[in-house]
Amino acid sequence: MIPRIDFIYLFDVKHGNPNGDPDAGNLPRVDPETGHGLVTDVCLKRKVRNYVGLVREEQPPFEIYVKEKAVLNSQHARAYEALGIPVDEKKRKSKGEKKAEEDKQLTEWMCKNFFDVRTFGAVMTTKVNCGQVRGPVQFTLASSMDPIVSQEHAVTRCAVTTEKEAEAQSGDNRTMGRKFTIPYGLYRAHGFINPHLAAKTGFGPDDLELFWKALEQMFETDRSAARGEMAPQALICFEHADALGNAPANKLFQRVTVTRNQSTEGPARSFADYDLRIDEAELPTGITISRRL
Amino acid sequence: MTRSPIALRVWGDYACFSRPECKVERLSYDVITPSAARGILEAIYWKPQVQWIVERIHVYREPEFTNLRRNEVASKASATNAQKAMKGTLAEPLALYADEDRQQRAATILRDVEYIIEARFDLLDDRDPVAKHYNMFKRRAEKGQCFHRPYLGTREFACHFAWVEGPIPESPLTGERDLSWMLGDMAYTPLGDKQVKQADSFCSHTRRPLKVEPQFFRAIMRDGVIEVPSHLYAPAEVTP
Repeated sequence: MIPRIDFIYLFDVKHGNPNGDPDAGNLPRVDPETGHGLVTDVCLKRKVRNYVGLVREEQPPFEIYVKEKAVLNSQHARAYEALGIPVDEKKRKSKGEKKAEEDKQLTEWMCKNFFDVRTFGAVMTTKVNCGQVRGPVQFTLASSMDPIVSQEHAVTRCAVTTEKEAEAQSGDNRTMGRKFTIPYGLYRAHGFINPHLAAKTGFGPDDLELFWKALEQMFETDRSAARGEMAPQALICFEHADALGNAPANKLFQRVTVTRNQSTEGPARSFADYDLRIDEAELPTGITISRRL
Repeated sequence: MTRSPIALRVWGDYACFSRPECKVERLSYDVITPSAARGILEAIYWKPQVQWIVERIHVYREPEFTNLRRNEVASKASATNAQKAMKGTLAEPLALYADEDRQQRAATILRDVEYIIEARFDLLDDRDPVAKHYNMFKRRAEKGQCFHRPYLGTREFACHFAWVEGPIPESPLTGERDLSWMLGDMAYTPLGDKQVKQADSFCSHTRRPLKVEPQFFRAIMRDGVIEVPSHLYAPAEVTP
């Protein structure tokens, strides 16, 4: 049903922090050796989940299993307060093969109802292997085309959080904060969509379409003070006629090059400062390139 | 030394072959483990009749590490809650709240890796011609075909691969290096049908209970080559 697709996703950020590094006081992630910026696979997957949760309003079969409370409205949040996730293996009555069969049914049910489970997979608290779902969609780390420069901005706030602070300042009520942005960064991520795993989890054409939509629009619904302006710039898909593939992914990825535009000088500050070239000459048989964005 | 029938070059920007003793804050081994190498071969071609055996690992780059800390969730999906939700008896909507179930975990991962995996396979069904499986693997590897995208330890570190014809290129690494004890592979021992309670897993084809035990080996790298001892792969039960 779903073909094998290898894709390249380009997105950029202007005066924002695309993905903070918890190890570096929330500075934008950077490859320490090359200075190139990084955005993790899980960061992108989080945004896909949030987008789908939002546009499909958490309705089956597009529910989202791994949610962020911050993106739900407060009414929901209150109703969900009680929910813990106890690891409650002891209450299961079935054993052995019967249990394995039951686990399989559970897994299928989870795939059927939850978009993120059938797209990215999930691990259930069961001892046997059937509790593990490998999703058809696989992302790699995104890295920036050029080294990035983090800027630190000191910001002031005209209010304090506690009474004690207010007293200490004798009514002046000013605190300083720090904010990190990068002036501009163009990031490239690679992804793979696998027909065999799609068949296993029931990831169908509608899901695929929704996934592309998410990549095209997810930054629109993820605005925040930290992110600045993030936007997708290109989504290039290599579709294979054969489910196993018609060409090595590395050879296909090499066909898409992003270089600095020769007519511009100085550090890149917009997507127009780059040339995106897609080499469509002598494509291997069975490969179709499409640029969705 | 004769080379194995199958040699596959694999490479990628990052890799994480987690040491089992440091898997909360993941710390990668210096090199790919035989079990991760087997996973790559299986991602390209595998049938229940085929058991992959990794014989040698060639390392082409000096191991270099980098650090990656990510926000991860602490829990797995709850099977009990899923079961209740399935039956309609779970009061709350089924979900896992990532921001309330956080673990920040650092991973010490490898960067810029390149290996050649030398392997052979044992046929568990001797009615099958060896050439059939060999050629199927070869064809796929040459064309860049795979059942699912192979990866270097974890799925976010996808890897590329290429079939290696002829002699295996020499590694620029020289000298002898003791990499200490490494995970070799998991041994899947079939249990009797009555031993389901002791089972760690079930064979996905025969549905028979299996005992799964990790096998370790002393990894010595000589001029960039690690010999994988054959005792890691006890002959498995023939598939009926």
